[in-house]
Amino acid sequence: MPAPIRLRELIRTIRTARTQAEEREMIQKECAAIRSSFREEDNTYRCRNVAKLLYMHMLGYPAHFGQLECLKLIASQKFTDKRIGYLGAMLLLDERQDVHLLMTNCIKNDLNHSTQYVQGLALCTLGCMGSSEMCRDLAGEVEKLLKTSNSYLRKKAALCAVHVIRKVPELMEMFLPATKNLLSEKNHGVLHTSVVLLTEMCERSPDMLSHFRKLVPQLVRILKNLIMSGYSPEHDVSGISDPFLQVRILRLLRILGKGDDDSSEAMNDILAQVATNTETSKNVGNAILYETVLTIMDIKSESGLRVLAINILGRFLLNNDKNIRYVALTSLLKTVQTDHNAVQRHRSTIVDCLKDLDVSIKRRAMELSFALVNGNNIRGMMKELLYFLDSCDPDFKADCASGIFLAAEKYAPSKRWHIDTIMRVLTTAGSYVRDDSVPNLIQLITNSVEMHAYTVQRLYKALLDDISQQPLVQVASWCIGEYGDLLVSGQCEEEEPIQVSEDEVLDVLEGLLVSNLSTPVTRGYSLTAIMKLSTRFSSLNRIKKVVSIYGSSIDVELQQRAVEYNALFKKYDHMRPALLERMPIMEKTATNGPSETVQTNGETDSTILDTKHLPSISQPASQANDLLDLLGGNDVVPIIQTTVPTKPASAGGELLDLLGDLSLTGGPTPTPASSVPMSQPPFLLDGLTSQPLFNDIAAVIPPMTAYNKNGLIIEFTFERSNPNPNIAVITIHATNSTEADMTEFVFQAAVPKTFQLQLLSPSSNVVPAFNQGSVTQVIRVLNPQKQQLRMRIKLTYTHKGSPVQDLAEVNNFPPQSWQ
Amino acid sequence: VLSLTLQPRCKIIRFILIQNRAGKTRLAKWYMQFDDDEKQKLIEEVHAVVTVRDAKHTNFVEFRNFKIIYRRYAGLYFCICVDVTDNNLAYLEAIHNFVEVLNEYFHNVCELDLVFNFYKVYTVVDEMFLAGEIRETSQTKVLKQLLMLQSLE
Repeated sequence: MPAPIRLRELIRTIRTARTQAEEREMIQKECAAIRSSFREEDNTYRCRNVAKLLYMHMLGYPAHFGQLECLKLIASQKFTDKRIGYLGAMLLLDERQDVHLLMTNCIKNDLNHSTQYVQGLALCTLGCMGSSEMCRDLAGEVEKLLKTSNSYLRKKAALCAVHVIRKVPELMEMFLPATKNLLSEKNHGVLHTSVVLLTEMCERSPDMLSHFRKLVPQLVRILKNLIMSGYSPEHDVSGISDPFLQVRILRLLRILGKGDDDSSEAMNDILAQVATNTETSKNVGNAILYETVLTIMDIKSESGLRVLAINILGRFLLNNDKNIRYVALTSLLKTVQTDHNAVQRHRSTIVDCLKDLDVSIKRRAMELSFALVNGNNIRGMMKELLYFLDSCDPDFKADCASGIFLAAEKYAPSKRWHIDTIMRVLTTAGSYVRDDSVPNLIQLITNSVEMHAYTVQRLYKALLDDISQQPLVQVASWCIGEYGDLLVSGQCEEEEPIQVSEDEVLDVLEGLLVSNLSTPVTRGYSLTAIMKLSTRFSSLNRIKKVVSIYGSSIDVELQQRAVEYNALFKKYDHMRPALLERMPIMEKTATNGPSETVQTNGETDSTILDTKHLPSISQPASQANDLLDLLGGNDVVPIIQTTVPTKPASAGGELLDLLGDLSLTGGPTPTPASSVPMSQPPFLLDGLTSQPLFNDIAAVIPPMTAYNKNGLIIEFTFERSNPNPNIAVITIHATNSTEADMTEFVFQAAVPKTFQLQLLSPSSNVVPAFNQGSVTQVIRVLNPQKQQLRMRIKLTYTHKGSPVQDLAEVNNFPPQSWQ
Repeated sequence: VLSLTLQPRCKIIRFILIQNRAGKTRLAKWYMQFDDDEKQKLIEEVHAVVTVRDAKHTNFVEFRNFKIIYRRYAGLYFCICVDVTDNNLAYLEAIHNFVEVLNEYFHNVCELDLVFNFYKVYTVVDEMFLAGEIRETSQTKVLKQLLMLQSLE
């Protein structure tokens, strides 16, 4: 058999292949040749063959038949053989093959070899891919090498020890004696790896941590020497001596100083020194400064030092290098809560970063800007943020809009300003605004009584320009319906009143009804608006005509509304004015986040809000019934579905009974039971999303794990609903630790009869594998009798292609959640 | 089989990759256990994420649960995958250190050098990194060791 071709030849040949198929052919041919050569047990060429195999493996081709050959190479006496053998082991073998255990003996021998390079190879391989069994067997050898005088080996041994500790944490004790003198080393390499070893030990064991705290003075001294000493050519990078070592020492100091007053004090000076003396012209210096800042923020440093740290970050923001700006923004975001005032000083620089080209910098700047908004800077900040909203990517718009609404609500200097800001957001990013903002805005507008005329006028003008952005259109039509009389009478004080006639207004509203751009929800809004105008305008006939036309609309929603309004005209005209009168002011309770409405517990109140025709976000009714059937339905109450309410505005209790008697043609009849539907509106209008962006509701109730099976963990976190302590708001977090996604995930719940429960829509129906994300969903439970909370949950999902279903009882609710 | 998330915040280099623009791997050093198909997937993902970025982007990309620090030298992307809490700037320096050593060792290194001497490149990596940590940072020392090793061949 001719000698196998050399590695170089092979590489050259493969590179001449012009297509993937050609390459594959060459590789297959060569693999066949190598296989037969292996079978011949040829020692001379084994090394060459394995090298070729490794090259082909790097290109992506399978090479597992070479595993045993690697072992043979490792066992050989020649250095070149060993080297390729170990490389092959590191590339081709891993813990899951039993073959790798065969290496253990070879490595053991090589660790005691006479040549340091062979020892080095063995240490390296063990440190990179040693399994727990191997580590257990060989830890003693590693420990021995840690104490040798050969610095080349000590470095490798130290990091090998790190790997051993990671794999088998119990062995940490074993390395303790060897660490005694590690820090008195002069050799930078050994020092560096020793610091790494110490760091690993401290991170893993609190006992080790307290044991090593006494090293702080020594570390401080070493750091000082590094900074003060002159030029040391070996470890110099751009004029700074051994920056990597400095960074590692700083990190170790951070761990040692965290939570400990004495240690923190001992390192205060050196930190200040590093912070002020390090050169900032190049990335190297900045890397050290960054690590210093992280350390300062984590330990118990005095306030002067913290301000120094934040100023460093502020300076970073002005740096030309975007990497540094990014790093600064990330850190500032972490510290803005605790050192708010110091960060405020850099506000203008942060706002400038909104205009940066890099997406991740922009996002961080945006988050940071929202965190910095307060009563004093609201006007200026809002200008910048609105400008940003205009020009940013669509991915940002939803978050930015929500953030602006929140900030505006908290700090609006005047009602007019607030409304103007909202208008601006609706007109520029209207289609990205979240669904729950519509009811919030409507409530806001209703409550700003003196601005009604101004608002309706501006909204009307916006409608004339553009009817494509649905949230804007919905808010606008609602306002026109409510305040159309103000519009027509030209009562606006804030700005020049426009001249508009009733017909023109009705034209616009009817235009919305027929336009292709309008969603069914929008159409519902505009039909109701037109109806409301019947008490405010005088063109009754026109309105009657429109309403009767839609009585035969294909859209069931519209049809029902039209039919009911028709009935209102025909049979109940005496009630019409009362029904359609102006909305009263809604109670606004919480000042941060969307507001809540008062739970009315089955009674109608004048504070009941207009049923907003929200898009249907419910689980289909059939699923709820399934759950009931399963549970025998005796002690559970139907889940309140968040379906679109099927009645027009309700302002009096008697009305419901009346409407129940209406003979409606087509459309579902409203349920005569007054308890269930009546409590729907407050829930619906409470726009608590399941993923609040800037929510800082304090969680006083401890979270609990409700379900933990087959890799699916469901955690409940609680929030108390502020105005009404009878309502508990539970957010479920579903995570999946298996290796496959759980798709079509549906969570259902049922409670005993004395409770009422509402399930909002989930964040998604896929729970990603490996805990890479979670599905959240909000449950609201009304518990007026303050009974102990119990719940039955049903989970369905698809996992690895097969459907899974499970039922569970949740009884371990913390007492605070229902008391 | 270890999943991609080790313990909650384990500060370890997960892998080091050298890829060219076309996506060919010139070096792949893994410090954590991955299946072969996981490795392939990771390589493809990294390539996809890194090649769309240009000069106006930062050198850091959030990737799954951790982040990639990368730098482009001529037609090659040098990527290190670290924990999200790690010091970006320090690892950027580490990459540059590594590249300078390669440059010195291969005398004005180019991609072909890395191709034909791939096993030597692994040796360089092993001299400078071990067990997912930076091991030796002095260029002179590393080069001295490499020459010694070379003399043994």
